[in-house]
Amino acid sequence: MPTECVECGKRAILKRPKNRKALCKDCFYSVFEYEIHETITKNRLFKPGETIAIGASGGKDSTVLAHIMKLLNDRYDYGLNLVLLSIDEGISGYRDDSLETVKRNQIQYSLPLKILSYQELYGWTMDAIVKEIGMKNNCTFCGVFRRQALDRGAAMLKCDKIVTGHNADDIAETVIMNILRGDIARLGRCTSISTGSEGMISRCKPFKYTYEKEIVMYAHFKKLDYFTTECIYSPNAYRGHARTFLKDLEKIRPRAILDIITSGEDMAIKEEVRMPIQSTCQNCGYIASSELCKACIMLDGLNRGRPELSIGKNNKRKKILKMTAEKAKEAGKNGKLNGANAVHDISVSQDVENMF
Amino acid sequence: MNITIELAGGAELLFGNQRKHEVTLPESDKQWTMATLLPWIRDNLLQERGELFMQGKSVRPGILVLVNDADWELAGELDYVIENKDNIMFISTLHGG
Repeated sequence: MPTECVECGKRAILKRPKNRKALCKDCFYSVFEYEIHETITKNRLFKPGETIAIGASGGKDSTVLAHIMKLLNDRYDYGLNLVLLSIDEGISGYRDDSLETVKRNQIQYSLPLKILSYQELYGWTMDAIVKEIGMKNNCTFCGVFRRQALDRGAAMLKCDKIVTGHNADDIAETVIMNILRGDIARLGRCTSISTGSEGMISRCKPFKYTYEKEIVMYAHFKKLDYFTTECIYSPNAYRGHARTFLKDLEKIRPRAILDIITSGEDMAIKEEVRMPIQSTCQNCGYIASSELCKACIMLDGLNRGRPELSIGKNNKRKKILKMTAEKAKEAGKNGKLNGANAVHDISVSQDVENMF
Repeated sequence: MNITIELAGGAELLFGNQRKHEVTLPESDKQWTMATLLPWIRDNLLQERGELFMQGKSVRPGILVLVNDADWELAGELDYVIENKDNIMFISTLHGG
């Protein structure tokens, strides 16, 4: 005998992960939509008249996000101007297809769409970057570049805020990763529903408390048009471990996902812990934790033909640059090398190579 | 017994990119349940990377299962007894969003 919906007695189609309640299709839609509306209003995510960029990849989360933002904006009269913003990383056979999905979404939801490419922004596609650096660390490059690309795209479109489809599972995963890495600064930031510092466009996550299972079920029952495939470059291994762990936990106790988010929020940091100071990049003005932002450091490495220097700790890089400069100076004194060029040519030193 | 097996959300990539499979389960003295169907699917339909489909005796966590378009958690999961013309769907949530 089919299970009945606890709200209305119709045939249930889903057991909710957060409270194990059985719901029918209609009761599920209404509670799913209403809870996101509640998250938005309780946290005062938007103000009437604002222009909001929806980070759209064509995948399940952002497709459901675009659908829900459009629906709630109309239903509850938020008074928002919504635009779709997609980033083209330049991954042939992967991003080409997902961008086709976004283009269909643009028509389905009648929202304006802006596609911004890594090629336009940085002069490099991910395909070209992978050719240069191989399959190691490529996800690090891609992640750093994507983050900045969304900000730049939103600025071009004169948006007040960016919304992304990060869901409860994603955030719980990030909490676990940051704990394992001991990254206190990011641990503090990753659970905030809304982030943004001076001069930056703020970002928010309306799906912070929304289970991935429910997002996928919603997309399935509503027959939303989304794109699924794996990125052709290796998936992020570290996140993969956190994800497997979290999914195993969810199987035993689905509440674990929301509980991990709460633990992340409640983590107290001793006052004497020195936190990295955020400043702005001297080159491009983007938020940075040293003189240059991560994207500029990485681009510099790529353009010099030494991308490996842009991965890892900043002080290590500085040390190397300083060492190289000193060597070059010395070499210059001895008349062996042209000093000015040597400063820029990191490849002069074999010792540098050995440090990795 | 004839049933339909559907794959979505990226799970189809493990099945030669084919989303729908109409299959006939071999006659058996015992009843077919999800517990016996899963290894049968793995051995007869799956084309690659079995470890991405099953973990232990069940599906890999992160793959949603629907029995006749309803969450299998409502139908007893592995204990569900398969009936003729059932539709069993696997939706992966493990792909990018």
